[in-house]
Amino acid sequence: MNRRRTGRTAVVAVLLATGAVLVTSALRGTLTYYRTPAEVLRDPDAARERVRLGGDVVPGSLRRDGDLLVFRLAEGGQAITVEQLGAPPGTFREGEGVVIEGILSADGTFRSDHVVVRHGNEYRPSTSPVEPVDAR
Amino acid sequence: MKHAANPSGKRPGADREIMRASTVDLVADTARAAAARRTMVWTAGGLATAATVAGGWLAPPDAVQGPAQRLMYLHVPAAWVAYAAFAVVLAASGAYLVGGELRWDRFARAGAEIGVVLTAVAIATGSLWGRLVWGAWWAWDPRLVSTALLLLAYAGYLALRRAVSDRTDARDGDDHRVARPAALVGILGFLLVPVVHFSVVWWRSLHQQATVFAPQRPPIDPRMALALLLAVAAATLAALCVLLHRVVRLERRLAADAPRTADRVPARIG
Repeated sequence: MNRRRTGRTAVVAVLLATGAVLVTSALRGTLTYYRTPAEVLRDPDAARERVRLGGDVVPGSLRRDGDLLVFRLAEGGQAITVEQLGAPPGTFREGEGVVIEGILSADGTFRSDHVVVRHGNEYRPSTSPVEPVDAR
Repeated sequence: MKHAANPSGKRPGADREIMRASTVDLVADTARAAAARRTMVWTAGGLATAATVAGGWLAPPDAVQGPAQRLMYLHVPAAWVAYAAFAVVLAASGAYLVGGELRWDRFARAGAEIGVVLTAVAIATGSLWGRLVWGAWWAWDPRLVSTALLLLAYAGYLALRRAVSDRTDARDGDDHRVARPAALVGILGFLLVPVVHFSVVWWRSLHQQATVFAPQRPPIDPRMALALLLAVAAATLAALCVLLHRVVRLERRLAADAPRTADRVPARIG
């Protein structure tokens, strides 16, 4: 009885350990929720298929070009020009962090069709409740 | 009010008169304990009212997120108290494994039930907050995925209890055949809590990092911090009320059934 239980515990432990190894190795690539402009510029081929790209919208770079929203996305001193197709969320502003989803095209611009806004962990009162002010 | 949950289920002996002056066995099925529990419910209700006023009106809307940020006063307490409920599962499961006292097993079950509900509330409020501010109901982000895993783990814990008690015809909350495997899973499941909490630090995440439990606390408006504090206090006390209520109800139900196992805790009649 006791030996049977020890054996069973060992089998469960081995199964759990194998599962943990498989899960961590499978997750290694996907645990990175987004890439930074520096990583994409260093390895452009990796961004030829759909990736997420995170950074801040460079203040002053935002303009509308027909259906497209064009801006520079920067993090850690490196920036990429982004052409976003489709309306961003209402909280989208210059200076705010965003994560976009799309493909790096051959001319070096990143064509995205999905934007989520990455807000920070600082909470400040709104000075004018009617017209939200810029965060910085 | 000073109170102590007496988990041993034993009658206090010689020191009972001294104990009576200061402590009440909050999970006892007596009129005194019920009155003490009612006091807690009213206190929790008062705190919840104060938190509603503070979070709904006193605290200003956030500069970046606008009024959607007020969801923080639901989302953060739900998440924190869910952690606390799983800590109850951890502590009670450990106490059960050490002492073999089945009452701890009932605390663990009640803690898991509360934790699962609050984790679901945290995911639901977070999803709405995410829709309003991020622009997405859900993202395959480390914090969100690990929280979903936490919910699954403790839903699995409750399912395990049910499955074992069905298979062995043992009474859930009153049988070591259910309590022992449940305690092991309850302890192992808690490993996910630090993973969830630190997921925003260990991995790149869409979710913002902690504000209150941050090494260098980022700025938060004092009125927002007050509303958050009140909401957390209300949620903690309310969850404690539910925990005690669940344990009392479970013990009452077990006492009503005919005793089938030898090692059950003696039922106490008020």
